[in-house]
Amino acid sequence: MVKTKASRLYGVMAQFDNPSTLVAAARETYAAGYRKINGYSPFPIEELSEAIGFTRTGLPLIVLAGGIIGGLGGFFMQYWMEVINYPLNVGGKPFNSWPAFIPITFECIVLCAAFAAVFGMLALNKLPQPYHPVFNAPNFALATRDSFFLVIESKDPKFDHDEARRFLKSLEAREVVDVEL
Amino acid sequence: MIQAGYTPPRDLKRVSTLALAVGALFFALLVFGLLVDRTQFFHAYLVGFIFWIGITIGSMALLMLQHLTGGAWGLIIRRVLEAATRTLPLMLMLFIPVLVGLNQIYTWTNRAEMDQVPVLREKAAHYLNPAFFMMRAALYFAIWSLMALLLNWLSLQHDRTADRRFSKRLQMISGPGLGLLILTITFASIDWVMSLDPAWSSTIYGLIFVASWSLSALAFGILVMSWLAKREPMNAVVRTSHFHDWGNLMMALVMLWMYFAFSQYLIIWSANLPEETVWFVARKHGGWGVIALGIVILQFVFPFLTLLSRAAKKSPQRLGMLALLILLTRVVDVIWLIEPSFNREHFHLSWMDLVAPFAIGGLWIATFAWQLQKRSLVPINDPQLEQALAAHAGH
Repeated sequence: MVKTKASRLYGVMAQFDNPSTLVAAARETYAAGYRKINGYSPFPIEELSEAIGFTRTGLPLIVLAGGIIGGLGGFFMQYWMEVINYPLNVGGKPFNSWPAFIPITFECIVLCAAFAAVFGMLALNKLPQPYHPVFNAPNFALATRDSFFLVIESKDPKFDHDEARRFLKSLEAREVVDVEL
Repeated sequence: MIQAGYTPPRDLKRVSTLALAVGALFFALLVFGLLVDRTQFFHAYLVGFIFWIGITIGSMALLMLQHLTGGAWGLIIRRVLEAATRTLPLMLMLFIPVLVGLNQIYTWTNRAEMDQVPVLREKAAHYLNPAFFMMRAALYFAIWSLMALLLNWLSLQHDRTADRRFSKRLQMISGPGLGLLILTITFASIDWVMSLDPAWSSTIYGLIFVASWSLSALAFGILVMSWLAKREPMNAVVRTSHFHDWGNLMMALVMLWMYFAFSQYLIIWSANLPEETVWFVARKHGGWGVIALGIVILQFVFPFLTLLSRAAKKSPQRLGMLALLILLTRVVDVIWLIEPSFNREHFHLSWMDLVAPFAIGGLWIATFAWQLQKRSLVPINDPQLEQALAAHAGH
């Protein structure tokens, strides 16, 4: 009975009363060698992502790629239309009137970079996610109100159920619970 | 008067002396130029004057911007900007040679020539004449002096008394002040630079100067901050997060300048009217076209791409180098704006065009460094100071 429960465990969750204890606990957990950890808070805490060892994302590169694709696409879309597909003499100007292409090129850069930012963010966060095990924890609804949570996932190579529970209890947690899958 | 802890570094005295020496040397060269070629001297002098008053007035714009928006970035750089605005009396004195050389610089002073074209006759009669030109210049300097006085005096009072009313008042004058500043910069740029081609006009011209003068001022401020960041006492105060914010603002100004400058080009290029295109024709042919391309690359493309990187913005050295590059490009930009008006037919650049910015710059920096020594480098009683100095400063 106990064995099956342990195998269906998502992780161990600690509940904290304020953001500073959460950040301190997250730092200690990271320092203790746990890597698959995550924090939950009603509002963004700048230090938290750094405390759980989450420093860099690939998002800037995705946005840059989006911007470059948008810029090239926007410019050559107009080039193709004005020079190749349907050349039209407008006021005696050359077909490749690049200054006139710049505003639309700029708009395409902004549009594609913004799309890349939104969808890239969703993809990197693995959203939308209809089911997430942390909601099985009884008090987790408070994460949108006044409670702060830290989870050590069972996927962590260093994870040992009893050890993780004992460790989190030592961090001034209000409560430590198991989170089932 | 200077509070313990934020006393400006002693090196400033040496900087001041050195700048004065360099300024005097280049001024001597310029005086030699005056004897050789009087007309060319005044053309080059205008280049130097326009570049450096841009930093003075641009600093005023940034100062009011940061009083309005708040934030740690503005608090740390405030004293540098304030010292820059206190070079205004020097710039007022240095304006006198422009008035002396009015006939050499501006073709609209020749009434007989202006009267031959109906439009120019009207312009000269009602607007572009020496008497009204001087009256307007006096008005710009009066408004700027009043603003600089208020900004510096209220800030000093706030330091002394810690009375929140002073910082409130600074905020209150900054809103209308910024509006007034944009108007005066617009009129001044039209009077002093655009009127070099009295028949030509562009409605976005003033805004290009608002953006480029603010850019000059910020680049100069960043350069000074990267110098101060290596020395006592600012090495304990300035953080990489502050440089990050200045880098972001510089990126915004670089883009704003390019946006205005390109808008002007696009509209004139699209309309393709002879009376408008002459201005760009003079600035695209001969060597000027290559220089224009260089300005776009060094004042927009390269800084923009560099400033995309967070690491570049957070490094005082790299941001300082970039600021220096932008400042030097700004000098070339001012030459490009002014010099082709005098020689429309062919490329002409005088050694004096390059000497004048250093001559005036020496005096300007000497004044700036002398003024910067006078006050604490950080506004000590500001309510946001504690937050700004915290390890993880907010924005």
